[in-house]
Amino acid sequence: MRYVYRLDGLCCALCAAKMEDAIGKIDGVISARIVFMTLRLTIEADESDIGSIEPMAEKAIKKIESRVKMRKV
Amino acid sequence: MSLFGASTIARILISGILLGIGIFADLDETARLAVFAVSFVIAGYPVFIRFLKAIYYRQPFDENFLMTVASLGAFAIGEAPEGVAILLFYQVGELFEEYAVDRSRRSISSLTDLLPDSVNLLKDGEIVTTEPEEVRIGDLILIRPGERIPLDGVVVEGSSMVDTSSITGESVPRKASAGDTVLSGCVSIGGILTVRVTSLYTDSTASRIINMIEDAYGAKSRSESFVTKFARYYTPVVVLSAVLLAAVPPLILGASFEEWVYRALTFLVISCPCALVISIPLAFFGGIGGASRMGILVKGGNYLEALANVDTVVFDKTGTLTEGVFDVVRIIPQDLSEEELLRVAAHAEFHSNHPIAVSIRKAYGKEINAASVGNAEEIAGNGIMAVVDGHDVLVGNESLMSERGIAFERPEDFGTAIHVSVNGAYKGCIVISDRIRCDSCSAVSMLKDVGIKDVAMLTGDLGTVGEHIAGSIGIDMVYADLLPSDKMGIVERLLSEGRSVAFVGDGINDAPSLARSNVGIAMGAMGSDAAIEAADIVIMDDMPSKVPVAIKIAKKTRSIAIENIVFALGIKVLFLALGALGYITLVEAVFADVGVAIIAILNSIRTLRTSSLENRLKGQRTTPIP
Repeated sequence: MRYVYRLDGLCCALCAAKMEDAIGKIDGVISARIVFMTLRLTIEADESDIGSIEPMAEKAIKKIESRVKMRKV
Repeated sequence: MSLFGASTIARILISGILLGIGIFADLDETARLAVFAVSFVIAGYPVFIRFLKAIYYRQPFDENFLMTVASLGAFAIGEAPEGVAILLFYQVGELFEEYAVDRSRRSISSLTDLLPDSVNLLKDGEIVTTEPEEVRIGDLILIRPGERIPLDGVVVEGSSMVDTSSITGESVPRKASAGDTVLSGCVSIGGILTVRVTSLYTDSTASRIINMIEDAYGAKSRSESFVTKFARYYTPVVVLSAVLLAAVPPLILGASFEEWVYRALTFLVISCPCALVISIPLAFFGGIGGASRMGILVKGGNYLEALANVDTVVFDKTGTLTEGVFDVVRIIPQDLSEEELLRVAAHAEFHSNHPIAVSIRKAYGKEINAASVGNAEEIAGNGIMAVVDGHDVLVGNESLMSERGIAFERPEDFGTAIHVSVNGAYKGCIVISDRIRCDSCSAVSMLKDVGIKDVAMLTGDLGTVGEHIAGSIGIDMVYADLLPSDKMGIVERLLSEGRSVAFVGDGINDAPSLARSNVGIAMGAMGSDAAIEAADIVIMDDMPSKVPVAIKIAKKTRSIAIENIVFALGIKVLFLALGALGYITLVEAVFADVGVAIIAILNSIRTLRTSSLENRLKGQRTTPIP
């Protein structure tokens, strides 16, 4: 399954690349992609895993750029 | 975002005024230092906070780190005004970046703003407002003037003018009345339309385009990946060099500490990679956005890059250079009436969806008696074998006839000759011709203008027919008499010659060639879903002249990206060297950093502008085609 989120307040392309890296390393994530220009984060993961992935992804994002808000679309 | 911007501007102004007072007012040293300190804190506290947070999360090497260290360092070695100036310029640059990114994002979101939130559903004669997701195939919906069409469908009542520009890039509104197909995302501007829905929300043209556009930005071009990778290693390396620069000369050569720390700080300030990291993705973003505005969907920055390198463009004739709509132009029967020949052929082609079959049935114009059609078998690329009224009928091209040992006559007309035999006896032929698209000719000459070396045409037609069509459009390389399976072989041969090939096609059988070529371009309106899926670039209004336009945009985008990389890196290296040698001040260093970023961003935004191309295309369109 693919899950799509919007990252409000993302304004640093380098940070986006770092976040993409960090989220990709979370257990259960098959692939993660951040599109800087459209503010979209797409996580590919199993339906059973997404519940645990979501808070970890949010933490990873905050760690890199704390003013970014992750929101499901 | 705007609030953030406003408070930043206020901070910059207050801090700037204090800085001015500190420099020019007649104060004693302590008071002056106090004024600078206040100005420093006002200017820099958000940067410091971000820096501290980054340390807390153990990710300290970013631009906040560079700026904090540089400004604090300047303050420490007694260059307080420069410390404040660094922070001010840095944040002005940041504001500017945000503005530029925001503006580009907005211009793109207007493209993806194709779907309305609600639909007027007609239920038992009453209008119910509902969500587009709720509507099923076959439902009737009402579209009022000025409303965006929410779902694809066929008009059953009413007539209107439809503005298709957001889907096809075509600026002239099209008329839509009963029986016409309307696409979601277009705007109805005339009257009220009642439409029978033919697609679910998720399959509608508009949502497919939105998905394509949004996905497009995910496929990164090579220059984009280069820049991100580069930046990842760059900052740590520069920080290390700065430390060495500050420590080594004083310790080993006994030089002045203050002097070398100052140089190390300049080094740090110049080193910020923002100019590259923002401006390169922005360039591709703009290129893709500009292309979408002209009805050209590019599925990713990497394809835009590949398109800029193309030297050979291969067109599959039918549906790209020609309209793919066939008309029967002549019927040449042998010992039977024209009417009867057409009847037999139309019945034999009853089960086929091939454009030729469709045109023969259309020319026949009468109801097909399904009971009289027996077993039918399609022979790919050659024709059809069917039982009609109990007779064995063959309808197809010359090779089908030769294969079955049937003598035939080749007509003199230009067009595709479809021969008919009944029980092994030749009964004559039907000549079918396709119309050449009005802009095919200008497309070929424009391709030559944008630097394409060779333009080739592939066709299943006979050599003479193919050459005649190619000649009239101005194409010099023709591969005729092909079976669908031969097309990919030709693409592969061209690739093995070391060419960079773009393939333009529209049919299901083009999908392998579209995937195999360096860049696959599909015709979106005519094209089959398989072709659109396999292609890297989709032309929404089927105009072949959009191919050179796309190449032009690709080349412009690529050269802007290269300009930015060379320019930003060049200036940085130059200033890094000057800084290390002690030739520039901190303030000049910040100017170099922020200035480069701003110029690079402004340069990138140029990719969004396509007006000159649009005008050129309009000029081309009005030239008469021979």
